[in-house]
Amino acid sequence: MSEPVLKLKGVETDIAQYHILKKVDLDVPRGSVTMLLGRNGVGKTTTLRTIIGHWQARAGSITFDGNDITRLPVPDRARAGIGFVPEDMGIFADLTVEENMILAAISGPLDAARRDWLFSVFPPLRTFWNAAAGNLSGGQKQMLSIARAMAERRTLYLIDEPTKGLAPAIISTMVGALRELKAQGASILMVEQNFAVAKALGDHAAVMDDGRIVWTGSMAELANDATLQERLMGLSMEMQ
Amino acid sequence: MLVKLLSGDKPRSLALTLILLAILVALALAPFLFPGVRSLETAARICIFIVLVASYDLLLGYTGIVSFAHTMFFGLGAYGVALASIHMGRGYDALLTGTVLGALAAALLALVIAMFSLRVRAIFFAMITLAVASAVAVLVSQMSGLTGGEDGLNYMIPRELTPAFRLGELFGVRINGKVLNYYLVFFASLGLFLLMLRVVNSPFGRVLKAIRENDFRAESIGYNVVWYRTIATCLSAATAAVAGSLFAIWLRYVGPDTTLSFEIMLDILLMVVIGGMGTMYGAVIGATIFVLAQNYLQTLMGAASEATGGIPLLPQLLDPDRWLLWLGILFILSVYFFPTGIVGRLRAGR
Repeated sequence: MSEPVLKLKGVETDIAQYHILKKVDLDVPRGSVTMLLGRNGVGKTTTLRTIIGHWQARAGSITFDGNDITRLPVPDRARAGIGFVPEDMGIFADLTVEENMILAAISGPLDAARRDWLFSVFPPLRTFWNAAAGNLSGGQKQMLSIARAMAERRTLYLIDEPTKGLAPAIISTMVGALRELKAQGASILMVEQNFAVAKALGDHAAVMDDGRIVWTGSMAELANDATLQERLMGLSMEMQ
Repeated sequence: MLVKLLSGDKPRSLALTLILLAILVALALAPFLFPGVRSLETAARICIFIVLVASYDLLLGYTGIVSFAHTMFFGLGAYGVALASIHMGRGYDALLTGTVLGALAAALLALVIAMFSLRVRAIFFAMITLAVASAVAVLVSQMSGLTGGEDGLNYMIPRELTPAFRLGELFGVRINGKVLNYYLVFFASLGLFLLMLRVVNSPFGRVLKAIRENDFRAESIGYNVVWYRTIATCLSAATAAVAGSLFAIWLRYVGPDTTLSFEIMLDILLMVVIGGMGTMYGAVIGATIFVLAQNYLQTLMGAASEATGGIPLLPQLLDPDRWLLWLGILFILSVYFFPTGIVGRLRAGR
């Protein structure tokens, strides 16, 4: 088996006086989708933000693509090949959709073929290409947020709750896009509360509780074991 | 062609387009439309303040950085021209050397301040600029041997730019070196303004806008926020210094009150807010309204006071000595009615 694309070892993160991550150990296998699951407030978003560098790990190490990035500044982590889709989408509302996309292509001009592919998976982007991003609907903003991370090929995508608060039709567009991304061989670490989406996309799963990874295994194993789901997350996926 | 000249940044409002065109025509033809020393003085001041305010807008409106040292950079440019003219003697080479050295000194000082403060948090930048600007103002007052202290410096500029140089008459207006000096100021200001429009509409400007909106997000895309803010700061400081040089060439005098005072800093802030932050065109409108009010509000009030002589209370209220009170009221009203500035309001179409 190849070396994981991302490896967290004993990562501890504090936010103000709160000790949020407590020795997180996590491997994200290359070329697959790893779902980071767990109840609200167990440290999933903090884990993603620690990987991208918004929160600095107090202890432990983060190895990405064979390099230690624990002390690397945020822009350097991004340029190393990590795409980040935050929970709040983080689009630049004052800029147009086009400008948002151009900004996301950090290594050069936005590739036309890549742009056309993004238009095919997220059709509204073509329609609202010249519109201010702030005027888009919630679902369109989320599409833009994910498309922006996909503007260039990245080694790893960190995606935080991409389907949160979206209508079912938009969720299927989102799932379709992420499937295509997965088919391109991308490695994805995704936080997702919607178990149906997690089940549909995930290859691997890691479950968090109280700032720790308490279970890792295949998504299929977790999806097929209602007792395990009850024990780890306090509810069954079948309830979703 | 025109759109290209504006770097694709069209006014996006008919009313705004007409106002900008009116200001451009008025400034371009000022010596002919409004003959007289005072009106030419006002027009030159408007040109220079448009550049100064636009350079501050690059910092505040496009990068989200509050600085209190903009007049310091303005002063560096002005003193650069003054000192070069005194030490090198009257000549264009002295003007050019002073302008270039002033701009370089401003950019360097801005770089040092940015390196010390922007790395931590943008708010520290405001505090440090306030401290450095105050220190420099005191220093300039104290080092009278070099800077002329509170009295400032008088110096000679090339004769072709002074009233003593006469060229003849055109459309009934006497053309002298002062008119040529005005056109030097006008075209230099126009060029600098278009250059700044180019900057904010370039890929660099796009990143600045992204940083202003969400610096965390810009970082996680891969942009070094500190680096971009530092470059913007240096660029803004250098432009302010060139505006200062133009002011020095125009006035043939520099002093702490005309270039370094905190009052000018407050005026710049007001002009940016009145015109509309993050628009560039706001600098044109803000500077024009403010400088006109500064120069003509007293006269206007004097006339109004005389005209309302028979009415109780009003003449006292409109006494020209109360012009600052009315300027304050005008500012409060403009903020209340135009929270996004005049340009923001005009673009919104309401």
